[in-house]
Amino acid sequence: MNNVGLLTIFMLSIFVGFEVISKVSAVLHTPLMSGANAIHGIILVGAILITGTSSGAVQLTLGLVAVVLATANMVGGFVVTDRMLEMFKGRGKAAKAASKASAATAAAASAAPGSATDRPAS
Amino acid sequence: MSTATQVAYLFTALCFILALKGLSSPKHARNGNLIGALGATVAVVVTVSQRHLGHRVPIIIAIVAGAIIAVPAARMVKMTAIPQMVAMFNGVGGGAAMLVALDEFLRLHRVDSSAAAIAVAFTAIVGSVSFTGSLITFGKLQELMTGRPILVPGARFVTPLVGLGAVGCGIAAVATASGKTGGVTFLVICTVLALGLGVLFVLPVGGADVPVVISLLNAFTGLTVAASGYVLDNTLLIVAGTLVGASGTMLTLLMARAMGRSITGVLFGAFSGSSTAGSTAEVVSSDRAVKSAGADDIAILLAYARKVAIVPGYGLAVAQAQHTIRELVDLLESRGVEVFYAIHPVAGRMPGHMNVLLAEANVPYEQLKEMDDANPEFSSTDVAVVVGANDVVNPAARDSVGSPIYGMPILNVDEATNVVFMKRSMRPGFAGIDNALLYHPKTTLFFGDAKDSLSKLVAAVKAI
Repeated sequence: MNNVGLLTIFMLSIFVGFEVISKVSAVLHTPLMSGANAIHGIILVGAILITGTSSGAVQLTLGLVAVVLATANMVGGFVVTDRMLEMFKGRGKAAKAASKASAATAAAASAAPGSATDRPAS
Repeated sequence: MSTATQVAYLFTALCFILALKGLSSPKHARNGNLIGALGATVAVVVTVSQRHLGHRVPIIIAIVAGAIIAVPAARMVKMTAIPQMVAMFNGVGGGAAMLVALDEFLRLHRVDSSAAAIAVAFTAIVGSVSFTGSLITFGKLQELMTGRPILVPGARFVTPLVGLGAVGCGIAAVATASGKTGGVTFLVICTVLALGLGVLFVLPVGGADVPVVISLLNAFTGLTVAASGYVLDNTLLIVAGTLVGASGTMLTLLMARAMGRSITGVLFGAFSGSSTAGSTAEVVSSDRAVKSAGADDIAILLAYARKVAIVPGYGLAVAQAQHTIRELVDLLESRGVEVFYAIHPVAGRMPGHMNVLLAEANVPYEQLKEMDDANPEFSSTDVAVVVGANDVVNPAARDSVGSPIYGMPILNVDEATNVVFMKRSMRPGFAGIDNALLYHPKTTLFFGDAKDSLSKLVAAVKAI
């Protein structure tokens, strides 16, 4: 593709990048950073392409090390982000369970204080 | 590149946009991340199965190896160690970009394009800075080195010189790129200097500011990916890299704003002496009287309160005490005490980190109050329990104009009737600033590791 075409893509991507995260709550800053981190692991595609056309031991070695590092970045990034978000999702269920539990607690509190300490974890 | 491949790359690019969009909303965040992973998988599979790809077997082995290293690391990491894990993954991404740049340069003599050579030199420099810079942030967060700013003697002059040297060698490499080996030598020197620059760049940053730097390096790595995309004439890399570069820059600014810090203050604060991060070692006015108490006294204070606020901070995170605090809160609630958690935007080690930690301990969502919702509650709160936090409740940020943290939004715990500080020692927080609230008559201190102290409190409340 010619340079102007690439520049067009570049400029439009900047705007999209700013736009999609302009209104994000502080709660999600850490997962968002981690998710963006996983996305730049797509350098793996570049690493594969360059390794696939390499000639000579030096180029091949550099390329393969790059493939290992890029895979670690991409796979690790998505997995760790998912682990973080899994907890946010679990929290929704926990909240429901908790509201039931606390209703039960309120009823039981006067009768037996201290009995509802082991709320069921969802 | 075949049309089918290009269409697959377009699909991946759209997935990434949707992923970032999804990650910005609590409801769609997890799906967003999965869409991103799907897009990335499609792109990799399509790339590996291209007909003319050489060295296919070693490449697949390398991918499997990378995944085998990363998946267990990502699955087993403790939630409190997430920030350094992100730093590490970012670092290896930067390293990959740097290696791709070097590899590209080795074949540039044949392709005489100075624009591509410039992009390669840019990737080599920024990728290297991102690589070693991330490793240093990892070291700081993992406490392999001190979280305080480290000032290399003469860094004020050395750092810019190394930076100029790296750029100079980069330019020389571009200028001689069409020669036989001269360009390569220059690029290698350039890369080595840039690796050093990454170290020098992050060392003076204080522990509390490290998350901002991770986010910035993340954006850097994104830009190197975009530059690689230009060299390889690959639109997917351009789109994905630029997306991360732009959103990462935005996120860096948002984080810095939440901490009441400027980017220049974060990066160069240590040089001008205005760093928040503990440049003034342990200067505590120990002659001032503080009131401290044991678990039994505090248990009584809490058990007979109407409304209690918990202010969790970094100390809670390092002590892994999020489960114990939930136990205490459940116990208090069963006695009819109204309890809420007041979460400062930068509590923990990263913005939002505390929410993740408490979510892990199954703390119900409705007990968590963000700063703006929590602050009006303190005036009607009987006891505010500050667990391992300090700077985020320091009234100096609100009242004393000369203070380095002046202007940072804080939780107004000083409006509560009683304040209990659970601290390991009288050491000031990351900011290295004394907290007048510690000496206030309404304040009681409870010394000890957060988890031990909380366990004692749980036992004491049960005994009442």
